[in-house]
Amino acid sequence: MTAVAERHEAVIAQFEAFRRDPAFGTGSHRDRREAAFGRFLERGFPTTRDEDWKFTNVAPIAATPFVRAGQPAVPPAALEPFLFPGIGHQIVLVNGRLSAGLSSIDRLPAGVTVRALIDAAPGGESLPGRTAFADLNEAFAESTVVIEIAPKTVVTEPLHLINLTVAEAKPTLVLPRVRVTIGEAAQVSLVESYAGLGEANTLTTAVTLIDLGPGAVADHVKLQRESSQAYHLANVVIRLSRASTFSSYALTFGGRIARNDITAVLGGEGAECTLDGLYVVDGETLVDTHTTIDHAMPHCPSHEVYKGILAGRARAVFNGKIIVRPDAQKTDAKQTNKALLLTDDAQINTKPQLEIFADDVKCTHGAAIGQLDEDAMFYLRARGIGPLEARNFLIHAFAGEVLDEIKIPVVRDTAMRLMEQKLLLG
Amino acid sequence: MLLEVNDLRVKVEDKEILKGLSLSVNPGEVHAIMGPNGSGKSTLARAIAGHPAYEVTGGTVRYDGKDLLEMAPEDRARDGVFMAFQYPVEIPGIQNGYFLKAALNALRKHRGEPELDAVEFMQFVRAKAKALGMDQAMLSRSVNEGFSGGEKKRNEIFQMAVLEPRLAILDETDSGLDIDALKIVAEGVNALRSPNRAIVVVTHYQRLLNYIVPDYVHVLSSGRILRSGGKELALELEAKGYGWVDAALAGAKA
Repeated sequence: MTAVAERHEAVIAQFEAFRRDPAFGTGSHRDRREAAFGRFLERGFPTTRDEDWKFTNVAPIAATPFVRAGQPAVPPAALEPFLFPGIGHQIVLVNGRLSAGLSSIDRLPAGVTVRALIDAAPGGESLPGRTAFADLNEAFAESTVVIEIAPKTVVTEPLHLINLTVAEAKPTLVLPRVRVTIGEAAQVSLVESYAGLGEANTLTTAVTLIDLGPGAVADHVKLQRESSQAYHLANVVIRLSRASTFSSYALTFGGRIARNDITAVLGGEGAECTLDGLYVVDGETLVDTHTTIDHAMPHCPSHEVYKGILAGRARAVFNGKIIVRPDAQKTDAKQTNKALLLTDDAQINTKPQLEIFADDVKCTHGAAIGQLDEDAMFYLRARGIGPLEARNFLIHAFAGEVLDEIKIPVVRDTAMRLMEQKLLLG
Repeated sequence: MLLEVNDLRVKVEDKEILKGLSLSVNPGEVHAIMGPNGSGKSTLARAIAGHPAYEVTGGTVRYDGKDLLEMAPEDRARDGVFMAFQYPVEIPGIQNGYFLKAALNALRKHRGEPELDAVEFMQFVRAKAKALGMDQAMLSRSVNEGFSGGEKKRNEIFQMAVLEPRLAILDETDSGLDIDALKIVAEGVNALRSPNRAIVVVTHYQRLLNYIVPDYVHVLSSGRILRSGGKELALELEAKGYGWVDAALAGAKA
C-alpha cells in the first residue's frame, strides 16, 4: 500500500479535507463516499501496466493536486457560445453542479423532471464498466443530477445538458454525475455537451447512467469540446430493457486526455443499440475510447461505427469489446472502426475484442487505418477540384458516415463546424 | 495544334514505360491509340492527365501552346483536359451531383464564367443525363460507389459531357463493357465530336472503333509509336493481331 499511497498523496489529502466539509454528508452518504474512495484506492490510478490503460498514461493526472471545484458565478452570456439555436430546454451544470439560474428547469416539457439529489447515486460498485475514475467521482461528487422521463412521454424537443467547466486558480476537479431514467415507451433526445471557460488545468470525471424502460427510445449525443488542457475521463453506462432502442454519438474535439468508457448492457429481448463516434483532434491530444456492448439477452442487434481524424501529434486508442453471453442467441453485432491519419506523427492503437459464448450469432468487426486516399485525391483533381478543396471533400465524406446519422440538424452542423475549425478546413 | 507530345519519356515505379513518344493532335480530330498490354497506352493517358505516380523524365507536352507538364492536374482539367478513367474511383460519402457541380464551377470560374447555383446546375445536368440515358437518381448516389463496371464508364462519359473538355482522353473506356453499354458510351462520345474538340481513344481492341470512327490510328509498342495511319490500320490490326507488332519491333532492334 505504501507505493499506492505515495502516488495518491494529493488525492488522499483532498479527500481528507473533504471529510471536514459539511458537503461530505453524514450517515449513509458518508458511508457511500468512504466505500467509493476505498474502492478507488484499492485499484488506484490506472497505470500502463493495466491492459485497459496500456496506451493511456494518466501519471500526469495522478501527479497533479486537483482541488474540488468551487461554485463560480457564470453570467448567462458566457454560456451563449455553447448553446444550440432552437434548442430551448437546457440543463446547465457549472463545475459539476446543477445551476438552477442558468437552466430552464421550470419550463421543461410535461413528463420531464430534473432534480439534483444527494442520494440517487448511479451504480456504485455494480456500475458496469466502472473505472477508477468513476469511483473517484462517486467519492467526491456532491450530488447527482437526475433526469426522469415519465412513461409514454414523447419529448419532441431535445434536452441539452451542458457541463460547463470553469477553470479556477488551482487545478480544478469537476465531478458531473448524471442519471437519466426513461420510462416505458417514452422517447427522448439528449445532448450532453462538455465545454470549458479558460485554458487552465481541469480534471473532469463524469459518470452518466442512462436506463431505458421497455420499448423506450433514446438518442444521446455526447459532445466534448473542452480546451486542449482539459483532462476528461467519462463513464457512460446504458442499460436497455426489452424492445428499447438507444443510439449514442460520442463526438470528441478536445482535451489533453479524453477518455470515454461507454458500456451498453442489452438486458432485454429485442433491445437495439447503436454506439457511434467521431473524434477529430490535433496537437498533443490523446483520445481513448473503450466501448463495451454486452449482449445479455437474445435477439438484440447492435451497430457500432467509430471514426477518428488525427492531426498534429494526436494519438488515439480504440478498444471495442462485444460480449455475447450464453443466452444471447440471434445476436447481430457489427463493429467498424476507421481512422484517418493526416500527419506522420499522429497514431492510433486499435483493438476489437469479441467474447462470444453463444453459438447462433452474427458478429462482424473491421478496422481501417490510413491516410487520405490518393486515388480519390487524383480523381477529384483530375476534374478541376484543387487539392485543398479535394482534401476538404474527402474529410467531410469520411466524417459524414457518423455525422449524417445525427438526427438533430443544429447539433450535426455544430459538430461539422468544430471539425472544420480543428482541421482548418475552408 | 492542340496537343503536341514530343519525345516523351515516363517512368512508373522506376520502370521506364514511355521511351520517346511523339504525337500531334489538332482540334476536331479523333485519334485512336492502340497497342498490346504493357505498351504504354494508359501511361500516356495518365501522364497527360498529370497522375502523380507517372514521372516524366524527358520530352515535352504542349497543350494549346502551354507547357502542360508544368501544370497541376486541376489546372489541366480547368483548362479543358479531361481523362475518362480506366478504373473510375469510388468515393463513398460524396454525392455525384455535388462533386460534379464543384468540378463544373471550378472550370467555369477558370473561364471567367459565373458559377452555377444548385438550381441552374440541376437544370443543366438533367438535360445531359437524359441525353445519355442515365437515371437521375445516380446524381444523388456517392461517386461511383456500388456502380457496375458499365455504370462507372458511362458516368465518366457523362462527366465529360458536363465538363465539355477541349481535349478528351478515353483510357480503355471500352474494357469490360458489353455491346449495349459500348454503343451507349460510343454514342455519348460521338455526340461530343466537334471542330473545337479533340478526342484521343486509348484501346486494346478495334471493336470500339466500329462505333467511334477515328481519323488517325497509332500503334504503340514498347513505349513508342510504331506506326500511324488512317482508320484502316485498326482493321489491319484486328485481322493480323498484335503479333506483327512484336515481330516488327524485334526486326527494328536487330
